[in-house]
Amino acid sequence: MQVSGISVLFKGINFQRLLGGLWVTMRIALITIGLSVVFGLLFGLLMLSKNKVARAFCRLWLEIVRFMPQLVLLYVVYFGFARLFGWDLSGESSAVIVFTFWGTAELGDLIRGALTSIPAHQRESAAALGLTSRQIYRYILIPQTVRRLLPQAINLSTRIIKTTALVKMINVTEVLKVGQQIIGQFYRQPDAAFWVYFTIFLLYFLICWPISLLAGKLEKRWA
Amino acid sequence: MDWSFIGQHIPDYLSGAGVTLRFGLYGVGCSLLVGLICCLCRYFRVPVFTWLARLYTELARNTPLLVQLFFLYAGLPRVGVKLSADACAVIGLTFLGGAYMAEAFRSGLESVDQTQKEAGECIGLTRGQNIRYVLLPQALATAVPAIFANVIFLIKETSMFSVLAMMDLMNVADTLRTSGGRTVEVLFMLAAAYLLILMPVSLIAYWVERRLRYAGFGDQRPV
Repeated sequence: MQVSGISVLFKGINFQRLLGGLWVTMRIALITIGLSVVFGLLFGLLMLSKNKVARAFCRLWLEIVRFMPQLVLLYVVYFGFARLFGWDLSGESSAVIVFTFWGTAELGDLIRGALTSIPAHQRESAAALGLTSRQIYRYILIPQTVRRLLPQAINLSTRIIKTTALVKMINVTEVLKVGQQIIGQFYRQPDAAFWVYFTIFLLYFLICWPISLLAGKLEKRWA
Repeated sequence: MDWSFIGQHIPDYLSGAGVTLRFGLYGVGCSLLVGLICCLCRYFRVPVFTWLARLYTELARNTPLLVQLFFLYAGLPRVGVKLSADACAVIGLTFLGGAYMAEAFRSGLESVDQTQKEAGECIGLTRGQNIRYVLLPQALATAVPAIFANVIFLIKETSMFSVLAMMDLMNVADTLRTSGGRTVEVLFMLAAAYLLILMPVSLIAYWVERRLRYAGFGDQRPV
């Protein structure tokens, strides 16, 4: 009797295996987001600094990130650095390096944008009211910056999560690879591939969608 | 750096760049169309279609292109929907890009004051005329930076077409890398090729944005 390929998902520990594969990319994404927040803050402040060299350096970094597909950067670090410098980086550490390099620049640019988008009269009015410089930051500038920044930063984090799917291309055994293994084992079940890829699609959606909704909600409330 | 190797393989990269550009542009064109339709459906609250457009944009924006491509190329044929690699490439890129373009158009339209739409209705413009002569010109002027950001993003995303066994830039480079072992030269040319494709796009974006800056926004002096 023909059974639907969907049953393949629930045979043995197949579903857990898929989730395990997903965790591999999520772990990379979480580490990347953490590191990007730290470095992105520095990057954003550096972009606003008065030092021309620092600003040019940031500009160049940002342009590289803008123009190079993340996959190319992954290849450069994973295959290129091994050849150039003899570094034998694992797929996962290459991914963290590349995505942090990318996330830092993107988040830094968002921080710069949020800081510069606050009209000058906000600072001026606060100063006219007699607030100290510290109070101006604490009560006027930082709250407004955070409100503009947070929705965009949260959106960036979903982009990072989605982009980590690329690690498949540098031989990391993540959810797509696990899916292919499962499909290979159950080759007698021809429509297994459909259900496995559909499940992976849904899993990504279920992770990213709530985060996007949160970003949208914050944006609306703080607009 | 082995320059003779580089010279020898320039034609390979040119043909790869042709594939990347061609499918990138198909994808961008279709995305603009899909995005515009979705955005208008939502703006005018067309029954049922508003809801479908919303569902579509959420699905497309919250899943990775790589997973979408696997689903199209390896999943769907197993349930009887067979698509060529070229078709998968265009459909995949449009599925992703349409949602991003819809968001870009939507933010543009939202920036146009409601009174503009109402004034258009008052002087007896049909809905089509209202869109064509009042809403879109103003919305586009605001949306252009986001649209061009999406164009660059979509061209970069074509780097994933190598999973469809298409000979785009990424796959040309990967084939040369695995056969020749000249990793550094291969990756150098790959990065240079993407730079040469995306730099002009970015310059055009810069030029168009300057020309369209007639939609001024009061005086917002930065901090």
